[in-house]
Amino acid sequence: MSEKYEHYYVPDQSPWPIVGAVALFMMAFGAGHFVNDVTKDQSGYGGYLLLAGVATLIFMLVGWFRNVIDESMHGLYSKQLDRSYRQGMSWFIFSEVMFFAAFFGALFYARIIAIPWLDGASNNASTAAVLWPAFEAAWPLLKTPGGTETQSMPWQGLPLYNTLILLASSVTLQFAHIGLEQNKRGQLKLMLGLTILLGACFLYLQGVEYIHAYQDLGLKLDSGIYGNTFFLLTGFHGLHVTLGALFLLIVFLRIVLKNHFTAHKHFAFQAAAWYWHFVDVVWLCLFIFVYVL
Amino acid sequence: MSTVTTDPHAHAEHEHHGPAKGLKRWLYTTNHKDIGTLYLLFALTMFFIGGAMAMVIRAELFQPGLQIVEPDFFNQMTTVHGLIMVFGAVMPAFTGLANWLVPMMIGAPDMALPRMNNWSFWILPFAFSILLASLFMEGGGPGFGWTFYAPLSTTYSSDSTALFVFSVHIMGISSIMGAINVIVTIMNLRAPGMTYMKMPLFVWTWFITAYLLIAVMPVLAGAVTMVLTDKYFGTSFFDAAGGGDPVLFQHIFWFFGHPEVYIMILPAFGIVSSIVPTFARKPLFGYASMVYATSSIALLSFLVWAHHMFTTGMPVFAELFFMYCTMLIAVPTGVKVFNWVATMWRGAMTFEVPMMFALAFIVLFTIGGFSGLMLAITPADFQYHDTYFVVAHFHYVLVTGAIFSIMAAAYYWLPKWTGHMYDETLGQWHFWCSLISVNVLFFPMHFVGLAGMPRRIPDYALQFADFNALISIGGFAFGLSQLLFVWLVVKCIKGGEKATDQVWEGAEGLEWTIPSPAPYHSFTTPPEIK
Repeated sequence: MSEKYEHYYVPDQSPWPIVGAVALFMMAFGAGHFVNDVTKDQSGYGGYLLLAGVATLIFMLVGWFRNVIDESMHGLYSKQLDRSYRQGMSWFIFSEVMFFAAFFGALFYARIIAIPWLDGASNNASTAAVLWPAFEAAWPLLKTPGGTETQSMPWQGLPLYNTLILLASSVTLQFAHIGLEQNKRGQLKLMLGLTILLGACFLYLQGVEYIHAYQDLGLKLDSGIYGNTFFLLTGFHGLHVTLGALFLLIVFLRIVLKNHFTAHKHFAFQAAAWYWHFVDVVWLCLFIFVYVL
Repeated sequence: MSTVTTDPHAHAEHEHHGPAKGLKRWLYTTNHKDIGTLYLLFALTMFFIGGAMAMVIRAELFQPGLQIVEPDFFNQMTTVHGLIMVFGAVMPAFTGLANWLVPMMIGAPDMALPRMNNWSFWILPFAFSILLASLFMEGGGPGFGWTFYAPLSTTYSSDSTALFVFSVHIMGISSIMGAINVIVTIMNLRAPGMTYMKMPLFVWTWFITAYLLIAVMPVLAGAVTMVLTDKYFGTSFFDAAGGGDPVLFQHIFWFFGHPEVYIMILPAFGIVSSIVPTFARKPLFGYASMVYATSSIALLSFLVWAHHMFTTGMPVFAELFFMYCTMLIAVPTGVKVFNWVATMWRGAMTFEVPMMFALAFIVLFTIGGFSGLMLAITPADFQYHDTYFVVAHFHYVLVTGAIFSIMAAAYYWLPKWTGHMYDETLGQWHFWCSLISVNVLFFPMHFVGLAGMPRRIPDYALQFADFNALISIGGFAFGLSQLLFVWLVVKCIKGGEKATDQVWEGAEGLEWTIPSPAPYHSFTTPPEIK
């Protein structure tokens, strides 16, 4: 521990966590019913409950963060609390890494083990001969053992542009950070704005790519393990880009409208930046293992 | 409380010394003790709900043939019993203990992120309401076992699967936030002088447990997500016809599931390491080796998951790798048991209820550990797999292991929490009734398991009838014995002999330097650690 000891800050009672718990309850309960309703083409209240849950969650996040920002702007926070927030954010990002790891694990398992074994690799020759005699192992898996066919998504073109866009956005974000630290507010605003714009471009192009996949390539969520891993990995990544971009947008608005953050005190900016770089690294892995290789 | 003076208008202005009044205290609280109490009461409630389901299971198995429940409902009982005991009873109980104790033990005023702490707790009652509500849905609740193997949970599951998936999602969110809180508290809020190697072992074991939680709960979220898309949206992660593999499910699940096992036992090691020195009136033998042993168990826990899957047809190389890694865990675990015994060696021992539970833990957990070693032997496991031997094994480590340690902890710290001594006679009754009945309940399961009785089936062959009747009697007796505990806790909260600050003659640690009951805010200024 450091030289001089700081006093602790313990916040007052807060109504926001219980609102958040109710929101998650409505989302989970709503989604559970909604999924059944959609897949069976029946009407139900699930969807509405889910939406109400999302609305409550947004309400909670706005209220909770407003509290935290107020406390922070009033100088209630010590260095220690700042460290707590930073460490909390890093561990949260680590948990996100592990979430993606589950899906990458599924991808590698399918490519390295499941698909070759279905074609008789290892000691599975007779299994393949009896169960799926016509099946040939390949990646991307364009024809499943069950016979579903699809086409693969090439990495040249849109995915490559998207990689460059997202890489560029990490660079602009770094320049924004330098601007913040050197107190060049103009550079900060310009570069941060540019980062958000690049993120939005990425999401737009990803949408275009999905439409292309569904309409022209017949590559769908249910086109076998290739489509499964493709859409779940890129889909969850896209969701994270959306959240990261919103996070950056809020930071941007705080800078532009309220002139928040200083060269020395900018946890929210830092957290958003970490999150954005994390999302960027996930994309690089995606680009290599889902598209190129 | 905060003594920040720079700001005139915000919260720090009015110092609050005591808890708020009424329901708001519990709904809005940011106090680690309140939240700890909520966690513990929630865990106790879930323990009885999950226990009631176990009673249904044992009632059905009292005699061969189908008497009381439909097989489908029996499956739902085994499934939800497992889910509730793992995620609703043992894990929240440990989190509750962490909330109460970690800040007191390291000299902190509270957890590092108190509002998030409240959120972590309040998600749980909602998550479990969803899970329990799913039992009343058309088609019934989840009946695929708490391990929800595909395709049982995909192709052959009922509509309630979606509710199961989303309730597990929000339980996971709760656990991850709780774990982040524990890690950040320990890394950041230790009193000056409280170096890592001076932390009490309960803090150390929770520190490591929290890492495990953050690493594997997201993997569980991934697994349930894939189950959801496989069942509802036509993906084929676990379906060979689409290029997937049902065995993939087991890999992902057990990559979560095996560290999860240690999540449920490492804090127990910490508790026993706190209690044994107190009642042996000797410092813990081999403190540093305890820390290293706990860390190595945690690391190894990531390399052993496929020992749950020896019969799935893995290559021989994988079977051997996972077998040897699993056996390796016996080494650090042996170090721990050795250290506990060595701590007691020539100690001035007394045998109050916490010590009795801790001693029972050491003996009975070791039995569970040994049957684990038997299961680790690949060729032998081919015989034991999916029999009652496995049920006996994991109930020894989880009931006489995790639950007994939680009981020990409750008795040990109850005087600190309530300010009153518990009723020692009643406690001894609770202990002895539990100890005898739990062994009548689980020990014969080894025999019927080795003789080939399969698990998770509501009926069985006639030759197992006598043992099963005995097991059921043990089960009912164990269930009823726990009512003594509730009675004792209520009595202790209401009154009793006044507890001193130190409570136990041999107790050492920061939590024993503050008054009993512990004040609402333990340390306003950080204590000095020498």
